[in-house]
Amino acid sequence: MMKRTLMASVGALSLCAAAASAQTTVGFSQIGSESGWRAAETTVTMQEAETRGITLQFSDAQQRQENQIAALRSFIAQGVDAILVSPVVATGWDSVLEEAAEAEIPVVLLDRMVDSSPDLYLTAVGSDLVHEGRVAGEWLVEAVAGEPCRVVELQGTTGSSPAIDRKAGFEEGIAGADNIEIVRSQTGDFTRAQGKTVMEAFLQAENGGADICALYAHNDDMAVGAIQAIKEAGLVPGEDILVVSIDAVPDIFQALAAGEANATVELTPNMAGPAFDALAAYFADGTMPEKFIQTESRLFTQADDPQGEYDRHKDLGY
Amino acid sequence: MTAARKLLRRIAPQLITLVAVILLVSLYYPDFYKVVLVNDRLVGIPIDVLKRCAPVALLAIGMTLVIATRGIDLSVGTVMAICGAAAAWSIDQGYGLWGALAIAGAAGLVCGVWNGILVAVLGIQPIVATLILMVAGRGIAQLITNGTILTFDSDAFSYLGSGTLIGVPVPTVIWILTGIAVGLLVRRTALGLLIEAIGVNLRASTLAGINSKVLLIAVYVASGLCAAMAGIIATADIRGADANNAGLWLELDAILAVVIGGNSPLGGRFSIVASLLGALIIQTINTGILLAGFPSEFNLVIKAVLVIVILVLQSPRLMLLQDPVHLPFLRKRAAPTPPAEVRK
Repeated sequence: MMKRTLMASVGALSLCAAAASAQTTVGFSQIGSESGWRAAETTVTMQEAETRGITLQFSDAQQRQENQIAALRSFIAQGVDAILVSPVVATGWDSVLEEAAEAEIPVVLLDRMVDSSPDLYLTAVGSDLVHEGRVAGEWLVEAVAGEPCRVVELQGTTGSSPAIDRKAGFEEGIAGADNIEIVRSQTGDFTRAQGKTVMEAFLQAENGGADICALYAHNDDMAVGAIQAIKEAGLVPGEDILVVSIDAVPDIFQALAAGEANATVELTPNMAGPAFDALAAYFADGTMPEKFIQTESRLFTQADDPQGEYDRHKDLGY
Repeated sequence: MTAARKLLRRIAPQLITLVAVILLVSLYYPDFYKVVLVNDRLVGIPIDVLKRCAPVALLAIGMTLVIATRGIDLSVGTVMAICGAAAAWSIDQGYGLWGALAIAGAAGLVCGVWNGILVAVLGIQPIVATLILMVAGRGIAQLITNGTILTFDSDAFSYLGSGTLIGVPVPTVIWILTGIAVGLLVRRTALGLLIEAIGVNLRASTLAGINSKVLLIAVYVASGLCAAMAGIIATADIRGADANNAGLWLELDAILAVVIGGNSPLGGRFSIVASLLGALIIQTINTGILLAGFPSEFNLVIKAVLVIVILVLQSPRLMLLQDPVHLPFLRKRAAPTPPAEVRK
């Protein structure tokens, strides 16, 4: 992780040095490296900036809002052309966003929202968690094609917004299909170990797994743990029990390639791409983007070249 | 009273609690006792409980010894993460099964020595001394795994987490054998007595000629090694080292197991068997919650209520479980009766 941050800052510095005055300079304040997905988002943001010839000033806030506010103030002082920020918390941004607005620097929020007035930022790019769950649910409806199906659900951390929204979305997705029924639903805390433990209990409780037709996990890590539990119970994951989950981390592509998982919904780490596009349009002719740009929640199945996707994803820092 | 009867009397409250918890769970899940043989491995809820309690049971063995010396080891959950990460890293680097075990064991040993020196040599309060590693250690584990879940492919190593030996899950075999080995070591020698002596009065024990510094360090090392085994099992189980989540908050479950086992946090007399029963009680509750099918929002509340009930029933003022035949109000009347020998 340290190595990556170091590389990132060296990269940012060298880009800085190479920057001509005509080039666009964008400051990016990242939360920190809290998860593999976050690391991948940083990597992809740098790649997107590079392909567009944008100079990216990167600042790692190490999970602290005061670091982010300091970074934003320093971006404003440097007079960057735009600011990207993944806010660590939702509150307390009003004054620094006002400073940016006074300096006429557009701010784009990535992945997370703030509770300030929408006038204070240009737009927000993010995924719709409910939509992700709905895509997973709709896939299952299509996959079982009217056959009766008893589903077990591995929830994320109880009370967290991904857990609540991905559960609600999935239920929306299967709402029309009376043949599909969620029979057991428990939290697996978004971890592999708990995913495996809870799946073992589900398998025991459902006649050794014979009564389970599909597993829906709120993230891929829990699905990877559950796949091991299914295998150890003497069943074939992906055939005896369908597996659908959300996030699209590299390890689930391996499981897809091996036929052990059936589908995953991508939470794309490419939040910066749409942000840069919106900024380019804004700079070109003042086009105001929508206040919320929803990223695509793409569905990957075994038919979507999982091995190739694994190779493309594995070096992003997940 | 023979040694066996003495032991039975000591662990009677824990046995009664365990049976009560099992009965409670089987109310919600009548098939609780069903165990079948599938693909040469025993499958059933009791087997699940015996397997899933392995990390807490192993941690509780070390924790019992530490608590007997009037200490506490808050770092065990983190040490699990460090040792698991070290093991996964070693496999990844191609050191093989034995190399991984040696490196993970060495990591546990170093952590134990560190805690031991802080407590025994520098005289830092155990809760503060081990808090240091508890907080800092997860960072060390993350450095080893580079912040990601470090996965590996080694059937020999994953056997320790998900394999079976004559149908019994390997983690179960490991914790039972470790429990027996440590139990024999402390009870068949004077070691247990010396540990209890340190816990009752460190100064007096030192003056009486016990090498309390070495013994204290040894106790924390034992705890570190138990945590290393727990970390190896947890890592082997999911074929990956998850530095953020491996062993997270398990130190609290381990302390709870020791306390449910009737061991005093103030040190002194201890029973490893009772702590292991405590770990089984906790795991039966955990598994029971998963089987009962309540919404997950209730998990912690149910666990908390059950733990409170157990601890209240075991509390010194009630002593209901300690002496189930003679309830407190009866004991008053029974006490003045002179023993049979005196009456003759």
